Amino acid sequence: MKLLSLVAVVGCLLVPAAQANKVRESSEDIRCKCICPPYRNINGHIYNQNVSQKDCNCLHVVEPMPVPGHDMEAYCLLCECRYEERSTTTIKVIIVIYLSVVGALLLYMAFLMLVDPLIRKPDAYTEQLHNEEENEDARSVAATAASLGGPRANTVLERVEGAQQRWKLQVQEQRKTVFDRHKMLS
Amino acid sequence: MESEQLFHRGYYRNSYNSITSASSDEELLDGAGVIMDFQTSEDDNLLDGDTVVGTHYTMTNGGSINSSTHLLDLLDEPIPGVGTYDDFHTIDWVREKCKDRERHRRINSKKKESAWEMTKSLYDAWSGWLVVTLTGLASGALAGLIDIAADWMTDLKEGICLSALWYNHEQCCWGSNETTFEERDKCPQWKTWAELIIGQAEGPGSYIMNYIMYIFWALSFAFLAVSLVKVFAPYACGSGIPEIKTILSGFIIRGYLGKWTLMIKTITLVLAVASGLSLGKEGPLVHVACCCGNIFSYLFPKYSTNEAKKREVLSAASAAGVSVAFGAPIGGVLFSLEEVSYYFPLKTLWRSFFAALVAAFVLRSINPFGNSRLVLFYVEYHTPWYLFELFPFILLGVFGGLWGAFFIRANIAWCRRRKSTKFGKFPVLEVIIVAAITAVIAFPNPYTRLNTSELIKELFTDCGPLESSSLCDYRNDMNASKIVDDIPDRPAGIGVYSAIWQLCLALIFKIIMTVFTFGIKVPSGLFIPSMAIGAIAGRIVGIAVEQLAYYHHDWFIFREWCEVGADCITPGLYAMVGAAACLGGVTRMTVSLVVIVFELTGGLEYIVPLMAAVMTSKWVGDAFGREGIYEAHIRLNGYPFLDAKEEFTHTTLAADVMRPRRNDPPLAVLTQDNMTVDDIENMINETSYNGFPVIMSKESQRLVGFALRRDLTIAIESARKKQEGIVGSSRVCFAQHTPSLPAESPRPLKLRSILDMSPFTVTDHTPMEIVVDIFRKLGLRQCLVTHNGRLLGIITKKDILRHMAQTANQDPASIMFN
Repeated sequence: MKLLSLVAVVGCLLVPAAQANKVRESSEDIRCKCICPPYRNINGHIYNQNVSQKDCNCLHVVEPMPVPGHDMEAYCLLCECRYEERSTTTIKVIIVIYLSVVGALLLYMAFLMLVDPLIRKPDAYTEQLHNEEENEDARSVAATAASLGGPRANTVLERVEGAQQRWKLQVQEQRKTVFDRHKMLS
Repeated sequence: MESEQLFHRGYYRNSYNSITSASSDEELLDGAGVIMDFQTSEDDNLLDGDTVVGTHYTMTNGGSINSSTHLLDLLDEPIPGVGTYDDFHTIDWVREKCKDRERHRRINSKKKESAWEMTKSLYDAWSGWLVVTLTGLASGALAGLIDIAADWMTDLKEGICLSALWYNHEQCCWGSNETTFEERDKCPQWKTWAELIIGQAEGPGSYIMNYIMYIFWALSFAFLAVSLVKVFAPYACGSGIPEIKTILSGFIIRGYLGKWTLMIKTITLVLAVASGLSLGKEGPLVHVACCCGNIFSYLFPKYSTNEAKKREVLSAASAAGVSVAFGAPIGGVLFSLEEVSYYFPLKTLWRSFFAALVAAFVLRSINPFGNSRLVLFYVEYHTPWYLFELFPFILLGVFGGLWGAFFIRANIAWCRRRKSTKFGKFPVLEVIIVAAITAVIAFPNPYTRLNTSELIKELFTDCGPLESSSLCDYRNDMNASKIVDDIPDRPAGIGVYSAIWQLCLALIFKIIMTVFTFGIKVPSGLFIPSMAIGAIAGRIVGIAVEQLAYYHHDWFIFREWCEVGADCITPGLYAMVGAAACLGGVTRMTVSLVVIVFELTGGLEYIVPLMAAVMTSKWVGDAFGREGIYEAHIRLNGYPFLDAKEEFTHTTLAADVMRPRRNDPPLAVLTQDNMTVDDIENMINETSYNGFPVIMSKESQRLVGFALRRDLTIAIESARKKQEGIVGSSRVCFAQHTPSLPAESPRPLKLRSILDMSPFTVTDHTPMEIVVDIFRKLGLRQCLVTHNGRLLGIITKKDILRHMAQTANQDPASIMFN
C-alpha cells in the first residue's frame, strides 16, 4: 500500500518529464539565440528564431543581415549562436502541482488552527483530563488503542482519527523540542 | 485485564517519574523520548510485530554455542520490540551488524530449498540497489521541482508574466524579439508590479511601488514558510547536515527523516529561497534526499529493521542530494565520504555513486534550466592562469579562512544566544524581522536584488564582447581588430568602478546577514551564500589585479607573463577561486570541494589554483579553531557525536573515566538467576541506566553478559501478558539451564534471548586513547571494565564525550543526549 502510493507520487513527478521529451518539437520550446556584438557603426543585437539544431548558425538566424555580403563572414565570426530548448509542459505542471500543494496545506493549517478547536469544544471535559496527565497522553491513547483490541470500530474514519491524533501529538513533541526547549536545531 | 492495564499505567508512570527525578548522569531524555517510542509512529512499524527478524537476536560470536541456543530460542517465541531503540538514543553498531549477518546466513542457507526461496534471496541481494535507485529517482524529481518552483517564485517578487502566469522572467522573454543587446531582460510580456498597479514603468513612483511590492512578497513568503514549519513539521528547519551527520554516526531521531518533514522541507525551502533571504538550498537538499532514502528503506525489510544497513542507504542518499544540488555526482560521493558519513565501506561507495548517477540523470531529463546544464553557473572559459597569480589566489585563500573562522564564531555566538535567552522565544517574529531587513537593504543594490545563484553566475562569467553588464564596462580600443576570445586587458570604465563599489557594499551586507540567517527556523543552507561572498571578493581582487597589470605592465612580474595587448588576467577565475576558498573556510572540506567546484564550472585547468586556495583557507581556518560549521553546530546542540577526526592524546586510564566513581553508589548489576521479576522492575524504576551487566553472582562478580533496559522492559511486559504464571516473585533466569526450584514456586522467566552474551570489555589499566579508538572504530555504546577478571565498572559513550570535553576545557555538562 505504501509502496504503491510512493510509486504513484514519484511517477507523477516523472510523467511530466517523459511527456515533455515527447513534445519537444513544439515550436515554443526550441530556439536558436545569436548574440552579435557592436561592429563598426552597427549596434549589438540579439536574434531569436525557432530553428532546429542543425540550422542553428549565424547564416540562418541573423535576418535581416545588417552588413553587406562581403562583410558577412567577418560579422558572423563575432556572433555567438546557441541552441536552447525548454519544456513548457514541465514548468506548467510543476508550478500547478506546487501551488496546489501549498494551497492544500494552507487550508489544512487554517482548519487545524481555527476549525478544529471549535469542533473539539464539546470534548472539553475529556480534554481537561488528558491535559492533566499530559505526560501520559500518548501512552493513554496507545494503551486504549491497544487494549480495545478486537471490538474496536475499525472504520476508516476511526483509523484516520487515530492516526491524526497520533500525528498531532508527534508534532507537538517536535515543536516542544525545537521551539520551546531548544534542544535540537539550535 | 483491567487491573493489568492499571498496573501498566502505574509502572510506566513510575519509570517516567524516576527518569525525570533521577540525578544520575545517564538519564534518558526528559521523558519526551520515552513517551514517543511506545506508540506506533508513522515511520516506525517495528512495534506492529509484523517484523520478526529483528527480534531473533542471539549475540553469540558464532561457534559451538550457536546451534543449541538457536534451538532453545525456537522454543521461546521471539518477542516483538526487542532489538529496537528509543528515540534520542544511540544504536549499537555491533549488534546491528550481527543481526544483519544472521539474517543473511539464514536466507542463504534456505536458498537451495525451493525456487521461491531462491527468488527471495535474489530479491534480498538486489534490494539494496533498488532502494538506492528509488532514492535517486525521488531526489532528482524533487530537486527539479524545487529548482523550477524557486525560480518562478523568486521572480514573482518583481512582476508577473501576463501571457502565461507560470513563466518566470527569463522564460517569459524567451521567445520575444524585443530584447535588445543592452537590456536583455526587457520584454513587453513581462510586467513589473509597478506597471500593473499604477501603470507606470519608469520613474520614482514606480521604483517605490516596486520596492514596496518586493518587501511585501518577501515578507509573505517568509511568514508562510515559518508558519508551515511551525504547524506541520518543526524538524524541517535549519540546514539538516549536522543532524544527519549525527544520525549517520548512530543516533536516532524519530521523525527527522519522515514523510511530513520531507514534504514541508521541500515546500518551505522554495518559499525561503524565494523570499530573498541570504540562504541556499544545498544543505536542505541533502536532508530531502536522506528523507527519501529513509522512506524507501522502510519498504524493504532488510533495511527497515536494521539501523546499520539503513545508514548505508542514507550515506548513498546524501551523495544523491549533493549531486542534484550542484550537478556534481562525483563531488557528491566525495562529500558523503568526507563530511557526512561516519562509516563508509566500499559497498557504500558504489551505492553512493549509483545514487548520484541516477539522481543526476533524472534531474537532467527534467531539465529545469532549459539549457541541458544541471546548475545555473556552468562557465566554460579556458584561458590559462600564470604562476604569479598564485599569490592573489593564496591571498583569497587566506581571506576565505579568516571569513570562515569569523563566521563560525559569530554564528555560534548568535545561535547560543538564541538558544538560551529570550531572543529564541519569538521564532516567527525573528524570521519576519530578518526577512524584512534583508529585503529593505537588498533592493536598492542591483547585485543583492539578484537571486544569489544568478549573482554567482554573473561573477564567474568573464567579460567578452558579448557581455553588456556594467561589470564589463571597459574602455574599448575601437581600432583594434576584434577577435572574440582574446580581448586584451583593458582599462576599466566608469561602469566597472561603480560596480566595484556596489559589490563591496553587497559583500559587507551578505557577510553580516548570513550570520543571522543561518539557523533561523526555515530551511537554510550555507553553500550558496558562502560562494557568493567568496565570488564577490574574488572578482574585486581579480579586477584589481587586472587593472594593476594594465597600468603597470612594466613591473617585473607582469613583464614576464603579460604582454601588452594579451589577455592575461581573467577576473572570473578569481571569483571561482574566491568562492571555493570561502566555502572551504567555513565547512573545512578539501577534496570534495575542489571536485564539486570543477564539476560545477568545467574548469579542469584550474585545479591547481583551486587546491592552493582551499588548502590555504583550511590552514588559516584551522589556526583559529579546528571545527567546521557543522561540527560546531553539533557541539552547540550537544549531540553525542564522537568525531573521528579529533585525536585524543591524554594519558588517562579507563579506571579514571569509568563509572561508578569513588563516591558513587555501586554498579547496578543483575545476577544470573537470583533475581525475581519484582527485583528487576524495582531496579529499572529506581535507576535510569540504559543497560545492566549480568554477573554470575555477587561474590564472584564474573561477567555473563549485558542486558538493555528497553529490552528488559519489553520482555517482562510481554511475558506478563503472554506467558502464564509469571508473577512478581517469579525468578528471572539468564542462564541456559534454569536452576532447580522448589515445587510450589512460580514459573521462572527465561530471558536469555535478550541478553547480549558478548559485551566488550577492557581492563581498568587500558589507556583511554585505546578505549576511545575502540569506541570510534566499532561504534560501541558502552564498554565494561574488568579488573583481574572481575567486573568493576562501565564506560558509556556519553562518559567518553564528557571526558573529552573536560580535557579540552569545554563544558562537560553540554553533552545533552545519551
